[in-house]
Amino acid sequence: MKDTHLIRVRVNGREHELAVESRRTLADMLRHDLGYTGTHLGCEHGICGACTVLVDGAPARACLMFGVQADGQDVATVEGLADGEDLSDLQQAFSDRHGLQCGFCTPGFLMLAEGYLAELQAGRGDGGEPSEQQIREVVAANLCRCTGYQGIVEAVLETARRRQAMEMP
Amino acid sequence: MTTGTSIPRGAIGASMARKEDPRLLRGRGRFGGDFARPGQLWARLVRSPVAHGRLRSIGTDDAARADGVVTVVTAASLPPGLAIPVRLQVQDADLRDYLQPVLAADTVRYVGEPVAVVVAGDPYAAEDAAELVDLDIDEAPAVLDAAAAAGPDAPRLFPGGNVAADFTLGYGDVAGAFARADRIVEIAVEIGRHGAVPLEPRALLADPDPATGRLSIFGMTKVPVFNRDLLATLLGMDETLIHVHAVDAGGGFGARGEFYPEDFLVPWLARTLRRPVMWVEDRGEHLVAVNHSRQQVHQIAAAFDTSGRILGLRDDVVHDNGAYCRTHGIIVPELTVAMLPGPYRVPAYRGRVRVVLTSKTPCGTYRAPGRFEGSTAREQLLDVAAHQLKISRNEIRSRNLLRADELPCQRSMSTLGTDVVLDAGDYPALLAAAQAEADRLGYPDEVERGRRAGRLRGLGVAAFLEKSGLGPQETADVVVSRTGAVHVFSGGTSLGQGIETVLAQIAADALGADPDQVSVVNGDTDRQPFGGGSWASRSTVVAGSAVHAAAGAVRDRAAEIAARMLEADPGDLVSEHGRISVRGDPGAAVTLAEVARATAPASPYLRPGEPAGLSARRRFEVAHMTYPYGVHLAVVDVDPGTGGVQVLRYLVAYEVGRAVNPALVAGQLRGGAAQGIGGALLEEFCYDENGQPQSATFMDYRMPTAAEVPPIDVLITQDSPAPGNPLGVRGAGEGGVSAAGAVLASAVRDALGLAGSVGRLPLTPARVQELATNGGGR
Repeated sequence: MKDTHLIRVRVNGREHELAVESRRTLADMLRHDLGYTGTHLGCEHGICGACTVLVDGAPARACLMFGVQADGQDVATVEGLADGEDLSDLQQAFSDRHGLQCGFCTPGFLMLAEGYLAELQAGRGDGGEPSEQQIREVVAANLCRCTGYQGIVEAVLETARRRQAMEMP
Repeated sequence: MTTGTSIPRGAIGASMARKEDPRLLRGRGRFGGDFARPGQLWARLVRSPVAHGRLRSIGTDDAARADGVVTVVTAASLPPGLAIPVRLQVQDADLRDYLQPVLAADTVRYVGEPVAVVVAGDPYAAEDAAELVDLDIDEAPAVLDAAAAAGPDAPRLFPGGNVAADFTLGYGDVAGAFARADRIVEIAVEIGRHGAVPLEPRALLADPDPATGRLSIFGMTKVPVFNRDLLATLLGMDETLIHVHAVDAGGGFGARGEFYPEDFLVPWLARTLRRPVMWVEDRGEHLVAVNHSRQQVHQIAAAFDTSGRILGLRDDVVHDNGAYCRTHGIIVPELTVAMLPGPYRVPAYRGRVRVVLTSKTPCGTYRAPGRFEGSTAREQLLDVAAHQLKISRNEIRSRNLLRADELPCQRSMSTLGTDVVLDAGDYPALLAAAQAEADRLGYPDEVERGRRAGRLRGLGVAAFLEKSGLGPQETADVVVSRTGAVHVFSGGTSLGQGIETVLAQIAADALGADPDQVSVVNGDTDRQPFGGGSWASRSTVVAGSAVHAAAGAVRDRAAEIAARMLEADPGDLVSEHGRISVRGDPGAAVTLAEVARATAPASPYLRPGEPAGLSARRRFEVAHMTYPYGVHLAVVDVDPGTGGVQVLRYLVAYEVGRAVNPALVAGQLRGGAAQGIGGALLEEFCYDENGQPQSATFMDYRMPTAAEVPPIDVLITQDSPAPGNPLGVRGAGEGGVSAAGAVLASAVRDALGLAGSVGRLPLTPARVQELATNGGGR
């Protein structure tokens, strides 16, 4: 007997209403029920972070959440980052700094970084310009098997500095 | 601006942004698991839970009755005797008795071996039902130590014993060299079992067309044409009825895209059930199912004269190949001994290797196969020898590196079916350049500072020889469409290395177009039915040369047509930026789009009998590989309390012949070094005494994060263009990882002040603590 629930979830600003089995992970729901296949599954046990999305603004492992837990919440995935045909500043920095190769881990790193950058912007950091070491600690939450991380660290650092500079009065 | 030539050179050598990036950054990549077909079924493998035993029965009734299950398949349902053949046959090894069956029929030989497959309407139902399959296995003793398994008293995994191959490569009078040596140095070095572990697990979709019988496959990468042909043979189909589509792949590194049991099962199920069948493995499966690599024990010795020159080298290798010989056959052990002398002058050499089967996941290649292992053993031997000979680690290397005037150097050995001919280069110059770069970057100062502050800090150095550009051939098609878009259909495959961008640059350069005009499709078997695939650092060299030739042929054909259109002599035309103009009269010009339209059927510019269209197919053949080379340097701190090793600085110096896209070369070297740090310090597939895998999650199989990988410095040199291809390029895929084990072993040995060798990789905290307490092995 399937235990199915009717839920409402907003993904990248768009409302979805769907019936979802209680044991279905948020990642599977996003990928297979709603078609957001940019969210990738690298380990399904919460280590690699390829499935990282933002749930109500905070990074979450979509493989460790059930779809029903997202009922009534705002989910942001990689598909929502670009503004039409223009890449976001963070996406552009990833390309400029060669922060991706196979691109499988990339959506997870982008969403992890967006969560961190939002925290910085909200003043939940120490207020100063983030150091490479701080960025490295954030980036160390996820796994990349191709790049050696250098381009990812540089891209996040560059975006953090640019966004901070834009906020300066 | 171009002068005196009609070929602009701007596109090659530019670090242009990757063509792959926009789709991947937007989440629009199409990986194997992203596809979906109406009515699609999901497959789930049932795998052996024990390392060795007789399969008495498989109870499938409960699983078959479970909700949503369509079928449960065991070996009894398949054509009898199905086994996966070796893709790369070398050294006349007969491995028929050691091949892996598609599904185990009577014996299981490792934890994770496929024994049944359940197909259901959705993946959750398939996984539930797979747990209901009842395996009755009569357990037998597991065989876990390769050296013991090679002995006469070990339990036999196969009727013919546990040694699949035992062979020796070499040349010269080794016994004489050792007899007249002033000093003989011998050490034992063990390399831990680890592997490629790409971030995307495997995925495969097979979609049959009931009308035509065609089978569309999504998710086969690396060698799609080979896999298509093998699958066609196993299924008894015409190969053109199988279409392997180009997809994105989440990293390959040697392991992904080889023909595994699932690559038969999923298409067979789709054909049998006449329904699309999808299979996506989970990480736990991946870590026990996909090729492991690297595990070897080397007993290596060198004979030296009084001045530290090598007179002879010998190595005795025990290679733990796991439970079966898979598609790679014995090429990893072969490459190990064939490449072992590396960039050095070795007058006499003998490398013996025994390929031993054990109750573990079978092995295959992992980026820099055989070189990571052999370079670790050889370079550690040189470090210990330098200590005994009382010369510096640099000195022993520069005295023994082959000089530029000693190349080409043919060694009387073959590997991958090709003679070993070190083509060109200046090895001592690169060692000196790497040292100078490390000095400039402050590596020696950092070592001194750390030591003065009381730290256990060490500097490592390692030189290595790579190989790249394996033939025998690659084919490329270049087609210009009516819009002037240039399409390249190549036999490489996109595994994340940026080969779409590289081939676009090469095509643009040869054609006189802009890279933005060029789109590249890799690994689609309908678009390019003669592709050799992407592996062995071959694609830029071999596929690149084929694209260069095809695009050059299109340029010549375009000039011929343009000459008719412009009423000019083809020799007076200049091709650049997608325009063909008369030299000295830029107003007299046509675009590639106009030329392409002028080749349409019934065009007045086409002569009778000429084929329509602006396109060319060309094949590039190569008999020998090209051998890049390099040097790694690293600075590490050893924590005497925990035994933890922190990599502080890391430099890869690499001769690439010619860098088509220097940023992508740097990316390959950096990513390779990061993987090498993993293999040298962190990653290991461990087993308990019953053969149960102990590294079946990412908690236990420890891949490096940004906290373990420092910024990697790179020095890319282009001083020695490869003589064997028109672009002068050497492969760049593996030089970042080749000497990572060697350099980190060297650095830790230096930090601890060991007289002997570090003995074993990975240098985990426990192992380093033991070394710090007891000193190194002899």
